[in-house]
Amino acid sequence: MHAAWFVAVAGLRRALGIGALLALAAFILGPLATLLVWAFAGTWLFPNLVPEFSLKWWVYVLSNADVGKAIRMSVLSAPTATLLSALICIPAAYAFARLEFPGRRLLLLSFLSANAFPKIGLYVSIATLFYRLNLMDTFAGVVLIQLVNTLLFMIWIPTGTFRGININLEEAARDVGAGPLRTFFQITLPIALPGLIVAALFAFIAAFDEAQGSLIVGTPNHITMPVLMYALVLSYPQPVGAVFSVLLSLPSVILLLATQRYLRAGYLAAGYSL
Amino acid sequence: MARLVLDRLTKRFGAHAAVHDVALDVRDGELMCLLGPSGCGKTTTLRMIGGFVTPDAGDIQIDGVSVVAMPPERRPTAMVFQRYNLWPHMTVAQNVGFGLRLRRLAHAEVDRRITQALELVGLPQSGRKFPHQLSGGEQQRVAVARALVLQPKILLLDEPFSNLDARLRVRMREEVKQLQRTVGITTVFVTHDQEEALTIADRIAVMHQGVLQQVDTPATLYAYPRTLFVADFIGTMNLIGARAHAAPAGTVLSAGPWQLVAAGARWPEGSDVTVAVRPEDVVMAPGGVEVEVRRVVNLGHYLQAVLWCPEIGEVRMFADKGAALGEGQRIAVQPARALAFHGSELVEIGGPMRPAAASPAERR
Repeated sequence: MHAAWFVAVAGLRRALGIGALLALAAFILGPLATLLVWAFAGTWLFPNLVPEFSLKWWVYVLSNADVGKAIRMSVLSAPTATLLSALICIPAAYAFARLEFPGRRLLLLSFLSANAFPKIGLYVSIATLFYRLNLMDTFAGVVLIQLVNTLLFMIWIPTGTFRGININLEEAARDVGAGPLRTFFQITLPIALPGLIVAALFAFIAAFDEAQGSLIVGTPNHITMPVLMYALVLSYPQPVGAVFSVLLSLPSVILLLATQRYLRAGYLAAGYSL
Repeated sequence: MARLVLDRLTKRFGAHAAVHDVALDVRDGELMCLLGPSGCGKTTTLRMIGGFVTPDAGDIQIDGVSVVAMPPERRPTAMVFQRYNLWPHMTVAQNVGFGLRLRRLAHAEVDRRITQALELVGLPQSGRKFPHQLSGGEQQRVAVARALVLQPKILLLDEPFSNLDARLRVRMREEVKQLQRTVGITTVFVTHDQEEALTIADRIAVMHQGVLQQVDTPATLYAYPRTLFVADFIGTMNLIGARAHAAPAGTVLSAGPWQLVAAGARWPEGSDVTVAVRPEDVVMAPGGVEVEVRRVVNLGHYLQAVLWCPEIGEVRMFADKGAALGEGQRIAVQPARALAFHGSELVEIGGPMRPAAASPAERR
């Protein structure tokens, strides 16, 4: 009697848990599924429950000259921004991790500040600066704007990763005859690599998805994919937006799948501690 | 042939002197232990020798050449750390061979030396394994191999076995002692474990609060501690407050109920003295002071008794395992040998009433 009551409650809790999980999955995956259906639908009108399969919108989108230009722009600018970001931030992150200097915490926090305010204000003031520097409507300008969005990931996650590497490992390398640079490249960097890959992944996604700043700085001739998305959604039939969304998520999905073995909670958690 | 000299080495962290005026001479082929409680400056001293900490004052010389301005990679020293020694992304052979490859030796020579070093530490089959596939003891052995493979002049060990379990620790330190004898390398070994120091060291340098207290062989350190700190830190010691009285024979110290004659001492009337007595020097004597046996602990080959002595309190005593000691029993005891400390002065008191067979010799 007692046991049956317990089992009933446990069963109920289990059912509720599964229900909540399904609801969450539907909430996250539902829109994505709809998107996929729209992308491969010729027409989808009431009262049809299932649309007819068609690739005509893919042909339409991919043959559009603007789309080709935007893809090229994005594929060039986002990796450039990520690479630049790594070159600037990884040495800085190493300094944050290993050196004690006054204002260390404050400086680390300042990288969060760019993400703590509505960005559109920031971009407008950046735009006035870019006008003076002749960076408006240039490739460099777009890359710089994307770079701003990667800094947080490229500083915080590597800082946490480097801090997690015991200093004895570096000292042991110095001890057997390696100089500081060789120690960094042959000991520290390989050990930190998984954390740095995670940081680069997040930075790339941030750069690739950046739209607001690129819109202000890049129009009219340097349009990236997310910026073009605004125009496509506003002025073309619904499936065009869906097709383009799928194209837009493709690089992120591929990269996530390629690097998923590095995506362990530890690297992220380590990154978000001061 | 390598001699290490520390000349008035000082390191401050802020206003606090972590290491103060340490002067030490480590002879060729000697195993010197730096011993002290945590925070005494022993690890900082070792790290200064290795080049990981820059001294504020003083000099470090290896074979008469000052190395104090050299970075770690240029010093003829090799260090084994407490832990996190091995690089996790390299195999054991790559770990051991890293330093050799930096020296641009021929491939065959590198392989030969790696094999030799791994054989030396008893791990000839482990070259292809990664560090995480080894036990803690094996990892430390590889670290020793990596240090020795470069044929350094000085081997530095920073509590290398403190993370291992007790049984393995004992075995590893025997192995390291054996290895050090075989290779004949001048070695500095940092430990907070006095038993470890007493068993492996040729000489021990005891440090306390950044100051070198005494450098001596284990036997001398045990029998003739030069400062109160060393007396208390090494082995078990009864410390008893006493008062000096001038007498024709020298100075008489009244330590509780005991009257001890310090022959060489010329101390002012009434000065405070600390008398240190080893538990094995507390002996049963017919004319001694009557005390009560509070506890008796059988430690295998000898007994430890806690006595309650009037005016003093607890006094520890070691006795033969056959001794008839029972809790609650009253016995008469007398210190057979003691040391009296007055400031920095030290006088040995060897009581004439000392019975010959009273102190177990193995404790010395």
